[in-house]
Amino acid sequence: MAGGLQLAGYDAAAALGALWNGAFGSWYALTSSTLVRAVPLILIGLGIALAFRGGAFNIGAEGQFYAGAIAATWVGVHLAGVSSPLAIISVWGAATLAGVAWVAVPVWLRLRFGVLEVISTLLLNFVAESLVSLMVQGPLQEAQRIYPQSDPIAEAARLPLLPGTRLHVGFLLALFGAAALWYLFARTLWGFRLRAVGTGPRAAEVSGRIDTGRFTAIALAGSGALAGLAGGVEVSGVSYALFQNLSPGYGFTGIAVALLARLHPLGVVATGILFGALEAGAGAMQRDAGVPAVAVYVVEAVVIVVVLLVEAGRRAGPVAGRVRA
Amino acid sequence: MVVGFLAAAVRVATPLLLAATGETVTERAGVINLGLEGIMLAGALASALGATEWGPWAGVLSSILAGMVVAAAFSAVTIGARSDQIIAGTAFTLAAIGLTGTIYRQAYGVAGAGLALPTLGALPVPGLSRIPLIGEALFTQPAPTYLALLALPAVWWVLFRTRLGLALRATGEAEAMARAAGVRTRWVRAGATIVGGGFAGLAGGTLVLAQVGTFAEKMTAGRGYVAIAIVVLGRWHPAGVAIAALLFGAATALQFLFQSLGLAVPYQLFLMLPYALTLLALAGVVGRVRAPADLGKG
Amino acid sequence: MTAPVLELRNIRKRFGSVQALQGADFTLAPGELHALLGENGAGKTTLMQVAYGLVRPDAGEVRVAGMGVAMRSPRVARGHGIGMVHQHFTLVPALTVADNVALFAGWPVSPRALRERVRELGDRVGLPLDPDARAGRLSVGLKQRLEILKALASDARILLLDEPTAVLAPGEAEELLAVVRRFTVAGGSAVLITHKLDEALAAADRITVLREGRVTFSGPSQGQTPRSLAEAMIGENKFLATEARAGGAGLEAGSGEAAPLVRLESVEVPRESGYGLAIRPTSIAVSGGEIVGLAAVEGNGQRELLRAVAGRIMPLRGRLTVAGPVGFIPEDRTTEGLIPELTLTENVVLGSTGSEPWLVGGRVDWRGARSHTAAIIQEFEVAAPSPDVPAAVLSGGNQQKVVVGRELSRTPRVVVAENPTRGLDLRATDAIHRRLRAAAAGGAAVLFHSTDLDEVLRLATRVLVVARGVVVEPPAGASRAQVGELMVTGGR
Repeated sequence: MAGGLQLAGYDAAAALGALWNGAFGSWYALTSSTLVRAVPLILIGLGIALAFRGGAFNIGAEGQFYAGAIAATWVGVHLAGVSSPLAIISVWGAATLAGVAWVAVPVWLRLRFGVLEVISTLLLNFVAESLVSLMVQGPLQEAQRIYPQSDPIAEAARLPLLPGTRLHVGFLLALFGAAALWYLFARTLWGFRLRAVGTGPRAAEVSGRIDTGRFTAIALAGSGALAGLAGGVEVSGVSYALFQNLSPGYGFTGIAVALLARLHPLGVVATGILFGALEAGAGAMQRDAGVPAVAVYVVEAVVIVVVLLVEAGRRAGPVAGRVRA
Repeated sequence: MVVGFLAAAVRVATPLLLAATGETVTERAGVINLGLEGIMLAGALASALGATEWGPWAGVLSSILAGMVVAAAFSAVTIGARSDQIIAGTAFTLAAIGLTGTIYRQAYGVAGAGLALPTLGALPVPGLSRIPLIGEALFTQPAPTYLALLALPAVWWVLFRTRLGLALRATGEAEAMARAAGVRTRWVRAGATIVGGGFAGLAGGTLVLAQVGTFAEKMTAGRGYVAIAIVVLGRWHPAGVAIAALLFGAATALQFLFQSLGLAVPYQLFLMLPYALTLLALAGVVGRVRAPADLGKG
Repeated sequence: MTAPVLELRNIRKRFGSVQALQGADFTLAPGELHALLGENGAGKTTLMQVAYGLVRPDAGEVRVAGMGVAMRSPRVARGHGIGMVHQHFTLVPALTVADNVALFAGWPVSPRALRERVRELGDRVGLPLDPDARAGRLSVGLKQRLEILKALASDARILLLDEPTAVLAPGEAEELLAVVRRFTVAGGSAVLITHKLDEALAAADRITVLREGRVTFSGPSQGQTPRSLAEAMIGENKFLATEARAGGAGLEAGSGEAAPLVRLESVEVPRESGYGLAIRPTSIAVSGGEIVGLAAVEGNGQRELLRAVAGRIMPLRGRLTVAGPVGFIPEDRTTEGLIPELTLTENVVLGSTGSEPWLVGGRVDWRGARSHTAAIIQEFEVAAPSPDVPAAVLSGGNQQKVVVGRELSRTPRVVVAENPTRGLDLRATDAIHRRLRAAAAGGAAVLFHSTDLDEVLRLATRVLVVARGVVVEPPAGASRAQVGELMVTGGR
């Protein structure tokens, strides 16, 4: 990365220094920048890992995230007089359901018509972005009708923070989710069968008597749920409102997070924090050294390609998928 | 007004048609290139850079070259190293978004400065452009539209009337069998991918030089993915792809029609409409349509 | 003596840790029909793949018409007039007959001229085919015709045929061999790779026998007997009981003692593709202790019948009663029986039905599963270092043993097997046969199918012929030829 920056004419040392500081330079940076950004990445990464294990490509996490954010905001803004734990649960629940609903169309298209979920989930991303725009300039717009954003959500729906930081309870949720998925994959029959469906669908059907269509559908639904939940957590823990570009590409970074962790739930926590650090640092890098934040995408892409090449070299591994040239 | 609508439809359809024609060749050889979106973007930026230095036609050439180079890199990763095409394609698009954004700011300063580029104007075809209705809609378009129209029969002929085309189709249907017949399948696939990349790059260049007139980050807005859907809708055949692209262009041009009719509909609905329509069309068609049997397989 | 058209001298080839060919020689004279005989895994296909340029030998040379040739690729081989008809078809199913010929033979592509040329070729050699037919839709026999046409279209003077009769009914096999004979009479030379003794004796002028990569016999077919050839093929006088019945099937009527474990009453089974019926209304019953062998040419419905009994396909009509548990050994072990990337333990867990001791309320006790797998490995004599290796590292025979072990260790009451010994050498085949017989002796009902009619006749206690979706029971004491005829005509 240093070489690339030099080539592009930036002062690599200063840029990388700014990156590091932005991510890990202080306790505040660690908790309020890195870990806060890690939460949606971990949740989405878990969802993508879940889908990949079942042999499905969910490239629509970005759209599901927005669907969850919209639902969370709608509920959060319309809650009146509801006390705190219930409010948060309602917001999170709505977000999760919205995420499932957003992935339901691609799932149905795949089961009923055999449409590649890659394309359908991808297209729905664009629809979701337009929907957010529509919402914040229409039904969800703030009372004064000046800015394209929603009213802030009710106090009761906002997540408790670690004192002195902006780190919210959603972090614990992400950790819990990772542990739950780990248990599911490593210890349960269902988790094993999911892996069988993803690795050898024909054998899973014939020898395992597994209904592969159903497993893939459930995996995709879970994937959408996690991505939607990530949107709800972001609204209730960070932004407290809905506006465009709420997500700096979490849905795509999540793919890198999942792949680099080789689809292992506990690994996803680590890679989620790593990429959270990258994005936290990227903001600082842009501020202090002038390197455009969007350059981080290149890093993510390189990570993905390196993982692919390494696995291709070994011709094995959970991600050396069925779709190869 | 109808003429305006038709002309708009053709204009919108042109980059889609170019990208989809290229992707048809690629997918007929068995490779699915999700990096198409990124390649279009790369082509768009390359055309802006080329046009700034040496004029619009240099921009066109740069866009084709950029597309081919990126596609070559994609081939190296997926065909050469045999990695997963879909994941690699997504990664390449990500990288393209990042790289084009970075290079654009380096080259032209802070984002937001509206860049005015020398563009390709409408080129009326003598004689044909005077046909009522179709003449104005179809034959008074900038050059890339004619390139797209010429490419269609050319691609058809190569695919279905030459040995190379037969070898390419065999590779996409049954790679192992084609290899048994002596076809150098990896080279065929790589070549088809690079050709597809050239078309996609040109599509990006068309967006910049013949439509918008400037470059903006992420300006392709999913057109690359729509092009892939158009290949499916067109059943991997140049004629079908042309019809599908035109239909899509018409669907998008509807918003201009509505606007000129004075109907007040939130513009976001028009933004969503093409994608939603594509999904519907895919559902209606895919059940009865057969992809090249070895598409995406190693 | 005239110079040989094809000569292979001292060919050596190693694949990984397996020495496939250890200095094999082979000579083909002009106008000769030469059988290359040997059991599965002996190296016959590999040797001919060297001649065809598909495999580069580690040592040795290939000579065509007396001149040394570097057989770098099939294209080079075709340039020397060598054509190969593979055991597993190499056609592109989505393309037409004409397109397939053009692709493989290098003919120009202009549609009308091409069609005529293909039609003319087919008529001339006695293998007519419709040039516009889609290759994937042809029947097995016609697909093979296309394979041969492809080879002949490249002006082949030397034809290498790899187990061409493996998928044909006896009558079709004779027709095919007649066509090959016509080819040699007209001046061509042919190599017939086969593991069937009788076929080699009946059809060939000369026979070469390969055993474990070495030539153990080469000479005229006249004067040889099944016994002498079998000795050359498997060495010593180790005559497995399996060979004893070659050439005469003593069929006994089914001994239906106890209540049937499998019962079909007017059952109709759809095709896997969904269009049409694979099995017309059929009523059969199979009791414990019976080994029912289905004799059928590929594509006549036997696969659907077996899969319906195994519970993998739902019948359209009728009543199907099958006593559980059911063990199912699918045809393709690497795509349907096992997941090669997963370990042996995981593959065993894959086949679980839910009532295993190491499955407690949705949780997997991996340690228990592992020891269960280790027990299977030991009992079924699987050559594997541990239960933790990926299934991919095992040989085909051992992989099949794992599948069989997994299914049989459940002590099923019904066992369904599709081509359980496909591609296995005699030793592994014998082991699988023993297991199936033991299961039947233990009271299970066994149903199986093999494309090798002789294997069906050897292993089964009762034979059923499936032709065009109709199940026919041959009369008691029917001969091999009669069964073969039933397979094609269906008793009509």
